[in-house]
Amino acid sequence: MKKQITACGDWILDRLAMDKVWNQHMAQYYAPKNFNFWYFFGSLALLVLVNQIVTGIFLTMNYKPDAKLAFDSVEYIMRDVPWGWLIRYMHSTGASAFFIVVYLHMFRGIMYGSFKQPRELIWIFGMLIFFALMAEAFTGYLLPWGQMSYWGAQVIISLFSAIPIIGDDLSLWIRGDFVIADATLNRFFAFHVIAVPLVILLLVFLHIVALHEVGSNNPDGIEIKANKDKQGIPLDGIPFHPYYSVKDIVGVGVFLFFFAAIIFYAPDMGGYFLEHDNFVPADPLKTPEHIAPVWYFTPYYAILRAVPDKFAGVIAMGASVFVLCLLPWLDRSPVKSIRYRGGIYKKALFLFVVSFLSLGYLGTQPATDTAILMTRIFTVIYFAFFLLMPIYTRWEKVKPVPTRLTEQPSLEERIPAIVDTFNEVTVKKSITTAEGDTVIKLRPNPSGIVTVLIRFLKKLKASLD
Amino acid sequence: MNNEGVDTSKRQFLTSALTVVGAVGTGYLAVPFLSQMQPSSKAMAAGAPVEVDISKLESGQLLRVAWRGKPVWILNRPQRMLKILDNMDAFLEDPSSNESIQPESSKNAVRSIKPEIFIAVGLCTHLGCSPTFRPEVAPPDLGDDWEGGFFCPCHGSKFDLAGRVYRSVPAPTNLEIPPYRYITDTQIIIGEDTAVEESA
Repeated sequence: MKKQITACGDWILDRLAMDKVWNQHMAQYYAPKNFNFWYFFGSLALLVLVNQIVTGIFLTMNYKPDAKLAFDSVEYIMRDVPWGWLIRYMHSTGASAFFIVVYLHMFRGIMYGSFKQPRELIWIFGMLIFFALMAEAFTGYLLPWGQMSYWGAQVIISLFSAIPIIGDDLSLWIRGDFVIADATLNRFFAFHVIAVPLVILLLVFLHIVALHEVGSNNPDGIEIKANKDKQGIPLDGIPFHPYYSVKDIVGVGVFLFFFAAIIFYAPDMGGYFLEHDNFVPADPLKTPEHIAPVWYFTPYYAILRAVPDKFAGVIAMGASVFVLCLLPWLDRSPVKSIRYRGGIYKKALFLFVVSFLSLGYLGTQPATDTAILMTRIFTVIYFAFFLLMPIYTRWEKVKPVPTRLTEQPSLEERIPAIVDTFNEVTVKKSITTAEGDTVIKLRPNPSGIVTVLIRFLKKLKASLD
Repeated sequence: MNNEGVDTSKRQFLTSALTVVGAVGTGYLAVPFLSQMQPSSKAMAAGAPVEVDISKLESGQLLRVAWRGKPVWILNRPQRMLKILDNMDAFLEDPSSNESIQPESSKNAVRSIKPEIFIAVGLCTHLGCSPTFRPEVAPPDLGDDWEGGFFCPCHGSKFDLAGRVYRSVPAPTNLEIPPYRYITDTQIIIGEDTAVEESA
């Protein structure tokens, strides 16, 4: 029997070499051995993609892409379809989770220079995935046909009308009507469930194939292929399977813990994941008092609002996303990883993260004068990070890069130092209780805390210089 | 295989010719697919004019009606509001509406046929949100200079009580005035110009 199964397997493998594909991409794909937790987010993005596709398929079984029926069909899924609420919350939370995971994945790339030569194409494919993801999120957000769906789509499609000459006809063509209407909803449904997901799958395939051709970067930002053993296997590499396939399961476990917690206890995340106004059916005659896009679009939306000119605002918003594509050519530093870069890049990256988060917050707030002023300041910092990069990356002093991967102390090795710090910030005091017993109790030690803080700040300053 | 006597330039020509013809063919084939996303005949026909009775519209009151799926406002402006309009020019981008869309009959200082009845498409010329009607003077969120008008909550564009856009806000032009005419003193038809009546 066993022999027959083997023969059957061989028959297939002779005709379809799945074993070779498996070896090339899993069992004999050598990844650097020093991946840290930042390297979870690539595989997590894939997990969320699968979640979106599976839950999406089941949602289409009850959803109706019709302006008269759409809102009610979503409520029907939430109330009457068995487990419909869970599948819908998995899908809606998955959308936000997708962007969280992808933003962290991109930040990892910026931090360790994963976009730099020879990985420019991987970065470009990744950016294309990001664009497709934005299109996917945008078309999907119209489908519940709530107030925010309607007016959000109205604003975004109107962006195209800012393009001179062809703008009005273009936005008319996208809508298929003079306003957002049934035709728009129906075609957005088609884009959301067929067209864009196919594009995303193709791009993910290209992203991974391109990655496996040049090999993964790592927190040290050095090429492990430069040091190979006699068999041609990188000395600092370990096979992706089983080492990282197993490690990623830990990441999946932690991720699912948070994911489930949000689905069950805060599916609308206080109006950030599912906006309150979207529980009101679309009304073409009335814009909600305060409209803001879902959180993952707010930084770009804030940039749009910062510019007091319609066309220039749209250009600035488009540029704020597109400029990321140019990163491989804007960065002139010979060093990839932030570990060996100079202080200027670290400070610039810090300012960029602060401005990105601030823009994200400001984009959710009403357009008051102070908010607009703050938005303008952070918009300038946002663009300065990219546009001044060719100057400051050439100018900064970099640290010597090791030839082999470095080892970071493990948590176990850090225990003595943690214990020392703990002893430094606490003091044992004998206290006489009301009953007259003397007990020794741990109390915080102010002078110890100050020295530890000063040491920490000195270290931080040293690492930034 | 014998490669002698192969005319590579002919081969090159055939390859190029096939590429060009193929590209043209693909281009033609794309037309029906791209055109089917245009508004359908049904959507084009749906823009019929709307009749509105304004006999019950009180002074200072705003009425919203739908025309071609868009919100259209009908505002009955009291004398107080009309007086303000004369002093607004310094704040406005296009006070005499030269860059803005309106029928000839409404291209005047108050942007309406009858001064008190103001009619406009209630969509911001920036990105198409529907601005909110804020008739109160100097509310805390809009500043002491605010004399009443329309405020777009999406991107902070401001318009005065004749739908004229303020300076340094995202919206580029004044609110659009739709074609409309009076059938009787209190009956308005939105979507038909006064010119239609004259020519008919």
